[in-house]
Amino acid sequence: MNRVLFLSGKGGTGKTTLVGAFAVLSEDRVLGDCDVDAANLHLLLDPEVIEDGSYQGSQEAVRADERCAWCGRCRTVCRFDAIREDLSIDPFLCEGCGACVTACPVDALRLEPRDSGRWYTARTRLGSLASAELFPGEETSGKLVSVVKGKVDELADTEGARVALLDGAPGIGCPVIASVSGVQAVVLVTEPSRSGLHDLERAFGLVRHFGARAYLVINKADLSDALTRRIEAFAAAERLPILGRIPYDERVVARMVSGRNAVEDDESEAGRAIRGVFEEFCDRERRAED
Amino acid sequence: MSLRIAVASGKGGTGKTTVAVNLALSLAEEHPVGLIDCDVEEPNAHLFLSPEIEDQEAIYKQLPVVDSVRCTGCGACVTSCQFGALARVGNRILVFDTLCHGCGRCRMVCPSGAIDEVRHELGVIEIGRAGTIAFAQGRLRVGEAMATPLIRALKRRISEERTWLLDAPPGTGCPTIATMDGADVVLLITEPTPFGLHDLRAAVGVARVLGLPVAVTINRDGVGDTAVDRYCREEGIPILLRIPFDREIASLYAEGIPLVRRRPDWKATFVELHRRLEWLATVPASGAAGREVS
Repeated sequence: MNRVLFLSGKGGTGKTTLVGAFAVLSEDRVLGDCDVDAANLHLLLDPEVIEDGSYQGSQEAVRADERCAWCGRCRTVCRFDAIREDLSIDPFLCEGCGACVTACPVDALRLEPRDSGRWYTARTRLGSLASAELFPGEETSGKLVSVVKGKVDELADTEGARVALLDGAPGIGCPVIASVSGVQAVVLVTEPSRSGLHDLERAFGLVRHFGARAYLVINKADLSDALTRRIEAFAAAERLPILGRIPYDERVVARMVSGRNAVEDDESEAGRAIRGVFEEFCDRERRAED
Repeated sequence: MSLRIAVASGKGGTGKTTVAVNLALSLAEEHPVGLIDCDVEEPNAHLFLSPEIEDQEAIYKQLPVVDSVRCTGCGACVTSCQFGALARVGNRILVFDTLCHGCGRCRMVCPSGAIDEVRHELGVIEIGRAGTIAFAQGRLRVGEAMATPLIRALKRRISEERTWLLDAPPGTGCPTIATMDGADVVLLITEPTPFGLHDLRAAVGVARVLGLPVAVTINRDGVGDTAVDRYCREEGIPILLRIPFDREIASLYAEGIPLVRRRPDWKATFVELHRRLEWLATVPASGAAGREVS
């Protein structure tokens, strides 16, 4: 099975809209939302949950005050400033490493698992979806991304899917690294702005670091011809194939508000451009696999 | 007062940097301001402010190195690691750099003193100024997963006498929490779409867990629906500013030109936005803060 991940570096460039469009146009696909901080793909899909579970991805140190000798060794060894002067524990700073547990001479500390989120699989009008939701203030989004990817693989096995379309998170840190490992192809979605180009360069660096095939889509390409040309020059220099340019089109937002995708709208100029992007992608992937 | 304003959003690309940069430029004429770009994965504020960088500091985490002569292969380090960063293959211990949080527990538990630690660079923070605006940003090295140590190092540069704008990364995970933590007020930027609303809810959740007052700015006002308005009304969250979708604003953004540089008429709006945020931070119950900037 081919895993295809959509990334951008910069947020708000159109990853989710494009994943939704690819879902409309693909056959034998399953879907995964790897942006567990801000999962949006399901909003396009009318999901009906098949299975769900809680995710205990992180732990936190908990003190039994009645046993504590108040010696403060826990505070000395903690490298995350999570133990305050009065030796109380800051749950936001605690990474759950357990160094304090090891250091405590009287066994007053232990690690307790924390409900950090939930994952679910769902049937949708565009294929099966694995997604997740990280609870407010929780950490370890990278691990939850790995849970989602595991569920995507299970769905794909059951259904004999040939492709998994994965919606990624913005940035290049922990959740993005977790999403890019084991992926065959990455579609980078950018927009013509200095921020878009700057963030694309870093995201592309990450993709190359992991060795996946990379493609580029320039969304809202007509918002700045000058920056579109600079992005094209960057792509040419890096031998990063451009799948297409999508114009800014207010109908895309209008369709999204009504819970539909741009390619489901025959009148939309952006919708037609996205079809072109999809065909170019399939073409290049076929050649890459030969 | 020297307010610390975290400018955040659940969803990416809603206009955090635009609002933070324009707030900084508009306030800088009145009193001392600082801007810290806490999006160390994809820092963008420098593209608009062209700061002069005066100082750099590399940020490290401690990474274990196992002395294969002393190591008995007992595996105590592997068992103690909560992040799966160590593995035993035969009698050898492998270290997975990106998974390691640098907590040092493996070194503490090793019975034969076989584990030492080396500094591993996560990235750099850069300190400088853009005109009178104090500026700081971080750059996570590509391939590194841990952004929060850079954000914490940046926030140590906060001084009392300035108003600080903390430009947050998108999302609701640890880097966002590290940015918001210790702020006086959180300004959430959203767009009037189902995606914007969904992620706004998540971001409000984070701010509330941290016990911080929140206000909303709607960017690209007019492109979508009115569900964000309805949500804010129901939750009692003030919408302090609306920025319309406008091709001129979009093209200034594309070129890296701050809105108030080309359109100084916007300055008064941002100054007023700051005043409302100050009210909200000091008198959270005040109804006056809840009125929109007109």
